[in-house]
Amino acid sequence: MSASLVHARHMLSGNPVTALAFGLFALLVAAALVGPALVPFDPIAAAGPALQPPSARHWFGTDAVGRDVFSRVVVATRLDLGMAFAAVAIVFVIGTLTGAAAGFFGGWVDRVVGRIADTVMAFPLFVLAMGIVAAMGNTVANIVIATAVVNFPLYVRISRTEANTRRNAGYVEAARLSGYSEGRILLNEILPNLLPIMMVQVSLSLGYAILNCAGLSFIGLGVRPPTPEWGIMVAEGASYIVSGEWWIALFPGLALMLAVFTFNLLGDGLRDIVDPRRRT
Amino acid sequence: MLAVMARRMAAALPTLAGVVVVTFLLARALPGDPAAYFAGPAATREAVEQIRAALGLDRPLHEQFLLYLRDLARGDLGVSITTGQPVLHDILARLPASAELTLLGLLFAATVGITLGVLAALKPNGWLDNACRVVATLGVCLPAFFTGLLLIYVFYYLLGWAPAPLGRLDAFSSPPPYVTGFFLVDSLLAGDAETFVSAAQQIALPAIALGIFAVAPIARITRGSMLAVMGSDFIRAARAHGLSRRKVVVAYALRNALLPVVTTLGMVFSFLLGANVLVEKVFAWPGIGSYAVEALLVSDYAPVQGFVMTMGFLYVLLNLAIDLLYRVIDPRVEVAA
Amino acid sequence: MTDAAALAPAATARAAPPRVPVLDVAGLSVQFRTRSGTVHALDEVSLQVHRGECLGVVGESGSGKSVTAYAVMRLLDPAARITAGRITFGGMDILAASEREMADLRGRELSMIFQNPRAALNPIRQVGMQIADVLVRHGGVTRAEAPARAAALLAEVGIPDPVRRAKAYPFELSGGMCQRVGIALALACRPALLIADEPTTGLDVTTQAVIMDLVLGLARARGMATVLITHDLGLASEYCDRTAVMHAGHVVEAAPAADLFAAPRHPYTAKLIAATPQPGRALSDLAAIPGGLPDLRRGDLPACRFLDRCERAEPGCAVPPLPRHLSEDGRMVACRHPL
Repeated sequence: MSASLVHARHMLSGNPVTALAFGLFALLVAAALVGPALVPFDPIAAAGPALQPPSARHWFGTDAVGRDVFSRVVVATRLDLGMAFAAVAIVFVIGTLTGAAAGFFGGWVDRVVGRIADTVMAFPLFVLAMGIVAAMGNTVANIVIATAVVNFPLYVRISRTEANTRRNAGYVEAARLSGYSEGRILLNEILPNLLPIMMVQVSLSLGYAILNCAGLSFIGLGVRPPTPEWGIMVAEGASYIVSGEWWIALFPGLALMLAVFTFNLLGDGLRDIVDPRRRT
Repeated sequence: MLAVMARRMAAALPTLAGVVVVTFLLARALPGDPAAYFAGPAATREAVEQIRAALGLDRPLHEQFLLYLRDLARGDLGVSITTGQPVLHDILARLPASAELTLLGLLFAATVGITLGVLAALKPNGWLDNACRVVATLGVCLPAFFTGLLLIYVFYYLLGWAPAPLGRLDAFSSPPPYVTGFFLVDSLLAGDAETFVSAAQQIALPAIALGIFAVAPIARITRGSMLAVMGSDFIRAARAHGLSRRKVVVAYALRNALLPVVTTLGMVFSFLLGANVLVEKVFAWPGIGSYAVEALLVSDYAPVQGFVMTMGFLYVLLNLAIDLLYRVIDPRVEVAA
Repeated sequence: MTDAAALAPAATARAAPPRVPVLDVAGLSVQFRTRSGTVHALDEVSLQVHRGECLGVVGESGSGKSVTAYAVMRLLDPAARITAGRITFGGMDILAASEREMADLRGRELSMIFQNPRAALNPIRQVGMQIADVLVRHGGVTRAEAPARAAALLAEVGIPDPVRRAKAYPFELSGGMCQRVGIALALACRPALLIADEPTTGLDVTTQAVIMDLVLGLARARGMATVLITHDLGLASEYCDRTAVMHAGHVVEAAPAADLFAAPRHPYTAKLIAATPQPGRALSDLAAIPGGLPDLRRGDLPACRFLDRCERAEPGCAVPPLPRHLSEDGRMVACRHPL
């Protein structure tokens, strides 16, 4: 373990972009954890006159009802990252397990799982997510579930391939000869070996998950005003763009981009560390 | 070729069936009691039961599925509470607007992405290559709705180049006579330059906002495959036979390099059709995406289900078209399959 | 055929008196800049090929045979740099020619056949179209005439049913057929010089002989100069008039093919012959050559790069310059202690 830490540090020192990604990641996590306690204004109460452009008092200006945009952007980090993390955590557990079982056992398990994944893939992903939220109810929890569902095929496909190539590996045969059951081999021998590659996938799909959740709340699903959330804040600022009040939509939009950018960079960096062959 | 098409279409049937099943399940999963919902808030208990029976919601699930199939076969997707029209009618009326926007967005993305990718690959590590890398990294972080707003602010508010983001035509133009439903095409067919210009001005920003999101993956894949192809034996051979640089790059390298790009078009379309919903909302574009969003906000579910199913069908058909296009470009597929 | 200036060297090449070489490579040095250092790929390589003559260039992988060929075609990798030497083709200075002049020369006067024939063809273009591309580019042939001419060329290289085969894609043809297409492409415009880079690699033994007979038969019939690049000394001795042996970027010996095979002077040539299977000798008699090629990235390469593998080596061999002894019988050997 310490050897791989040393290796990771070596990779970071040689790769300033990945180091930057880790820095931004720390910033985002800090904003999510302690941001609400540190912001200068109450994010859901008027803090000054409405529609003020950025100033020393209101760094990102104020919105249509006089709320401080900076405070709202920072406070929103927790909800946006939280939704994305939750969605990815769910699909990571379920998708990896299902995919690994499909790849390891093959046969009808593989066919059923493959058919389910294909059916999800038959829809444009964002559209399916909309349909799921519409059907199951307009709540934050359902946004998380919908985001997890549309990511499902991706996780299944990767973990299926990885498990399939390992089903007859030497250490698996050894475990079989020692009399372990197939299920136990899957849990003890196959899954731990899938973790590094799946972690890369987690990081890469966090960016997409953030975009997906924010997109859903942008069209008015899930999160209700006045809760601060980046997607809904961009939507609130949209009508003021045509009259020149750019700051209401711009700053939450930039925060959104920064978060997606961070996770994409992080994913690329992790992939270099875990699997140098796929470096681009 | 016809036999191949028939076989590929047959292979798409289970996927289409999957789309129908998912849409049915989504319809059954409506929050609360669909019958009470369809009856409206003022309905009496008897009225709700009546509607439940009329909708067949009191029967077992498999019978409901058969009823659902029967309605589907008749083209009955329910009635929109908001517009009072059958959902199928609404969707068909609005589909051309969405299709025109999506195709133009794809055209923009493909033109910019392929050009950028090719130029980057011809001079690896040149400034264009670096620009390409920045675009590929930043482009995928841009939410389409946010790009749209930025474009509106710059080109409408600051520069005044673009018209107000309010639909497909300005207030003074009327739609051209219906032929394809694409205003750009129909106005040209009618010889109406004024309407064409108006339609082009209206569609430019939303198409770009939609396309920018897809530029990044197309540019990245084009660059990678172009680099690989330019390093291959047959390109060196083509040069050794004295073919002009233009011929080598376009007819020999690019055509081969486009094969992986075509295979990723499916993913690109998934992005585009999804982002389409967001862009339509930003630009008040009267397509099926904004129709579904408006219905969703007032809990009018039949249009949303019709929308999801239409998109599913469209996407399956698009993937089929991409598959056939690939076969046209690459003669080898037939044998490998 | 619009560029009269580009025609000139060809005309001189054809009209040249017999003892002026068609291709003259003199003192050519090429380096590659790589991330792990500068590779000294070629060092003062000199070769001549005359009209109607076949020159064999023999050596193991990495000896610089293909680099020499690509330098002549001016198709070297962008990382390569020509640091010294001169390449003259039909009186024209190849290294001073513009990219445009080179493009006019390639395929018309200066042609090449590649190893791995299938990979050298565009996988998604009909082979007849690929030949037509070359004809239209150089031959003054219109797009409309091209298909018939392409089919005629396919017939000339012995492809049966050429009209139908012209519509085939490379994946539909056997390796031998692909190489015939490669030959048709290279000879389409009747070039003055043909470079054949391992033309029979990857083909089965019977096809190898057929392809070699085809290439050299056509070359002789047309009085072309031919360079045959191969790692197979036996092949070179069978088909070539003269043979040059390359080792680690040096030409270590050059001689008429029969003389070289009968009485090698460079120790490396002798070992190469001992390692070549011959009729009437048991396979167990084959001798392996000890060691490998030196690391060409080294800054302190010895004058003789064979030194570490040579039994006759002594300290003086490392000291530059590398001697290149020329004798009256037209032989050259680059060794302080030749056999």
